[in-house]
Amino acid sequence: MSKDKSNKGLLGWVDERFPLTKMWEEHISKYYAPKNFNFWYFFGSLALLILVLQIVTGIFLTMHYKPDGAQAFISVEHIMRDVDWGWLIRYLHSTGASAFFVVIYLHMFRGLMYGSYQKPRELIWLFGMFIFLALMAEAFMGYLLPWGQMSFWGAQVIISLFGAIPIIGDDLTLWIRGDFVISDATLNRFFALHVIAVPLVLVMLVVMHVIALHEVGSNNPEGVEIKKHKDENGIPLDGIPFHPYYSVKDIVGVVVFLILFSSVVFFMPEMGGYFLEHANFIPANPFKTPEHIAPVWYFTPFYAILRAVPHKLSGVLAMFSAIAILFLLPWIDRGKVHSIRYRANSFRWLLTMLVISFIGLGYLGALPPTEIRTFFAQVFSVGYFGFFLGIWWISKNEKTKPVPERIL
Amino acid sequence: MKKSIIIIAGFLLPVLGFASGGASFPNDDITIDWDDKASMQRGARTFVNYCMSCHEASYSRYNRVGADLEIDDAQVLENLIFTTDKYGNKTKVGALMTNTMSVDYAAEAFGVSPPDLSLIARSRGVDWLYNYLRGFYVDESRPFGMNNAVFEKVGMPHVLADLQGSQVPKMGMRMDSNGEMHNIIVGFDIVKPGTLSKTEYDQTIHDLVGFLDYVSEPYRQTRHNVGTGVVIFLFIFLILAYFLKKEFWKDIH
Repeated sequence: MSKDKSNKGLLGWVDERFPLTKMWEEHISKYYAPKNFNFWYFFGSLALLILVLQIVTGIFLTMHYKPDGAQAFISVEHIMRDVDWGWLIRYLHSTGASAFFVVIYLHMFRGLMYGSYQKPRELIWLFGMFIFLALMAEAFMGYLLPWGQMSFWGAQVIISLFGAIPIIGDDLTLWIRGDFVISDATLNRFFALHVIAVPLVLVMLVVMHVIALHEVGSNNPEGVEIKKHKDENGIPLDGIPFHPYYSVKDIVGVVVFLILFSSVVFFMPEMGGYFLEHANFIPANPFKTPEHIAPVWYFTPFYAILRAVPHKLSGVLAMFSAIAILFLLPWIDRGKVHSIRYRANSFRWLLTMLVISFIGLGYLGALPPTEIRTFFAQVFSVGYFGFFLGIWWISKNEKTKPVPERIL
Repeated sequence: MKKSIIIIAGFLLPVLGFASGGASFPNDDITIDWDDKASMQRGARTFVNYCMSCHEASYSRYNRVGADLEIDDAQVLENLIFTTDKYGNKTKVGALMTNTMSVDYAAEAFGVSPPDLSLIARSRGVDWLYNYLRGFYVDESRPFGMNNAVFEKVGMPHVLADLQGSQVPKMGMRMDSNGEMHNIIVGFDIVKPGTLSKTEYDQTIHDLVGFLDYVSEPYRQTRHNVGTGVVIFLFIFLILAYFLKKEFWKDIH
């Protein structure tokens, strides 16, 4: 920053060698964010909080966990019973995984509502989608580690999906597992990927997500660009420095989140079998398939789409498309107006349809299929993909409301 | 916002109706009182005397059970430990709750190796266990002459038969959730009384299931106590955080 205000002492010494003050100002104390962030803007900082929580609790779990087919299940119970505060660390980590998805889904929904993926924030959205992808890989591999029945059979089902790919399918599943069935080899490689490879990727992606955000500047519920109107010093008129304004505001969000989070960790860590499935308290047994294999709740919407399609390969394609299509959203939506507040009513209806479909699919994906459930899963799948088709359709000549120049 | 939530809920409501459950007998719910140490102590006694010949609670340690259920080490050694370690000495009080039955022998004797019971209350649930342990009935077609109303064709013999006695099922027509009629078990008649009355036996099973529930998550009470403190602290923190935010934001319009 400006030389005349340069720091003295230790900070000055560091600043001459490393841009500490410069980075602090760029990203924290002189990062100007729109002044009208609402409830939906808490979830970005909460996601970061959970990332840190997962890494820290993960490190302590690794100190006692044994990635070994014969010892994994026992070592988790050892952590729960014999390690001081081990139960707390484990429940923080297991609840943190579910909380991560709750927060990320709400964070993404915010992006949809206020058009945070639209020009010029396409790259932020893309980095975010890669984070989502990495997070799903991270969660999937992590779920194998307790080595319970659901860990084993859930992984068995998901990995076998790759077998539906023509020609290379069988070899691919063999390569992923490192064995003909899920085994010690699979457990070991999933452990390696879960504790180092994917977290590294995740952290790097999060850094890129934030750098891209701070380059372009934050969107806001009005969907107007605050950088269009600056004062004589080049500071956006409707912007306020992230610190102290949003740092103190986010503390409130963090505490409210922690109250809800602690309620689960301390009083219902199994969350009725949704966060920790009952069958996962039985050690993995390759010779005994559980009656009903359900993935953890955060995968169930996509799992329901898979099952809604009667043909296996098509089902797999539909499931992967459901995720892939999200990547394309900035280009599917041809609209110029960002916020739901000023978009056409048809947009609201489409978004409502997406939410209904997604929750409906999530609910159905957790249950064993029946004829009527499969029918509803098909309806909701059409609703899910219909959102994207609808957005593409309506955004060509959308009847929008007039957007204000500035934040009032 | 409110309108759309109502619309969303309205669309999702019919989906919730899909959940269906078949009624079986016995189908009673129980509540475990975690402060009733006497009940859990009785459950522990039943567990080591009747269950542990075949089953283990191999993730649990005797002295942890002792400490949590207020049984001192001497009493644990005398009343709960009946096994020897691999050197032939009496099992130590800090040992895991294992038995000496080999997996191969168990599989040969029962067709299936008896599961470890450390976590059975978390995988099956306490209600299921309560009904299962009261659901054995005479069925000469089974190898041990007993079947179970909750777990059909179970490999486990009725170990507690001398306490409960023998019972035969009463059949009756009942409608399932699809509106179809089935001839199912609706009750039991005792044909040979055991040493306990029905009420006493039910209490014994209640105690035993209570112990199994405890042993599945021995730290649960600590969890609740710590959690209460954490949540109270967070609420106080919330008040401070809220006013801090308000103070900083008073000049932003």
